[in-house]
Amino acid sequence: MEGALVTLRLFIAGLGLGVVLGIPLAFGQIYGNKLIRGLIAVYERVLRSIPLLVILFLLYYGLPLLGIRFPPMVAAILGLGLRSSAYQSQIFRGAILSISESQLKAALSLGMTGIQAFFHIILPQAIRIAIPPFANEAAIVLKDTSLAYALGVIELLRQGYYVMTNTAEPLAVFVAIGAIYFVMTVSINTGLARVEKGLKIPGIGVEEGIG
Amino acid sequence: MTEQMILRIEDLYKSFGDHEVLKGISLSLNKGETKVVVGPSGTGKSTMLNNINMLIPPDQGRIYLEDVDVTTTTDLTKIRQEIGFVFQDFGLFDHLTARDNVMIGLTRVKKMAGKEAAELAMLELRRVGLEKHAGQYPAELSGGQKQRVGIARALAMQPKLILFDEPTSALDPELIGEVLTVMKNLARDGMTMLIVSHEMGFARTVSDQIIFMENGVIVEQGSPEQLFNNPQQERTREFLFKLTDLYGEGGG
Repeated sequence: MEGALVTLRLFIAGLGLGVVLGIPLAFGQIYGNKLIRGLIAVYERVLRSIPLLVILFLLYYGLPLLGIRFPPMVAAILGLGLRSSAYQSQIFRGAILSISESQLKAALSLGMTGIQAFFHIILPQAIRIAIPPFANEAAIVLKDTSLAYALGVIELLRQGYYVMTNTAEPLAVFVAIGAIYFVMTVSINTGLARVEKGLKIPGIGVEEGIG
Repeated sequence: MTEQMILRIEDLYKSFGDHEVLKGISLSLNKGETKVVVGPSGTGKSTMLNNINMLIPPDQGRIYLEDVDVTTTTDLTKIRQEIGFVFQDFGLFDHLTARDNVMIGLTRVKKMAGKEAAELAMLELRRVGLEKHAGQYPAELSGGQKQRVGIARALAMQPKLILFDEPTSALDPELIGEVLTVMKNLARDGMTMLIVSHEMGFARTVSDQIIFMENGVIVEQGSPEQLFNNPQQERTREFLFKLTDLYGEGGG
């Protein structure tokens, strides 16, 4: 199934772009000055408040009027990635801020630099805290790759549509499409849950049955 | 005996916005001395400790660690390695075991080899009576145990001085004793310590000097006998007796 591969490519590139942009955005929100924080807040508010389909249409049909033209695949990845970065920056920001101020002070008082404290103390904990909400976001991005359909990208859904027009078996085709999305989403969530479990440390993240 | 000065603070001022927290604090600490700072909350005791290792830089004044001016040093991380800090809420690294909490400053800051650092960490944990808990995470330790790990972490860096910021204030009453015992042993071993605490019994029996601070100034400082039996300021007498009533002589 080539369509499934295109879907995976959209997913990985979109989510990856979200990570690459989301982390600096989270940093900017926490450590930036007023202007940077304000700009990021606007960016986030906008991307989180308009439907992804509208974002995709803006990128694909709107930007050419300003002389910026993307192939459908690139526009789809950009749309997925930009929107995801807005959500992911919230995830990373929350995870970093959830680590107590006194741990940072303790790290500095040992003679660590700010950068050392971030990499040795804050980041290892923030990653663990961010995994569950990140898994959630990953599932959303995967499913939303289907909106690339509207730009003419031949991903899983559109390919299914072609198969249906050839076979006239809509029920069978869309059940199969649904099943493929289902398997992909569940595998991603299971994989990340396994990572979470592997990194688990008592007292960090969501506890099971500890009072 | 020649007395070697470890810490000298001269005329420290600090404001937060319009609120002037420290209004000219001066004090000094010789090698091996234990001084306990007491005073009502909000008088700047904690701010003063945070000034000393520049976690909160003062607005004015000088702080010398031996002969280095901490307020103008270009190598702050070096100075901080030499000043231990024990926090009211422990400040343990939640993702590290007790042993790794003690080790991380050695390996990451002092660049000590892992094996050597692990041995030293175990030695310090033994010193605070926690070698059996070395593999446990902070979430698995009691408050008193956490604070003892905090003390071991400070000790492992082999500091010239340890600052304690209300080390027992966040603890349940029955856990205070174990932490004070560790601190008492350190005082006996000749560690230089500046301690902000409300534990009057401890202050009275362990400290070389008690410093009474109120409203950003040092009202009076002197030996425990002098402050308890013959305070020069009426305010000192009132405060010490009120605190002793409140907290008792416990931990002495």
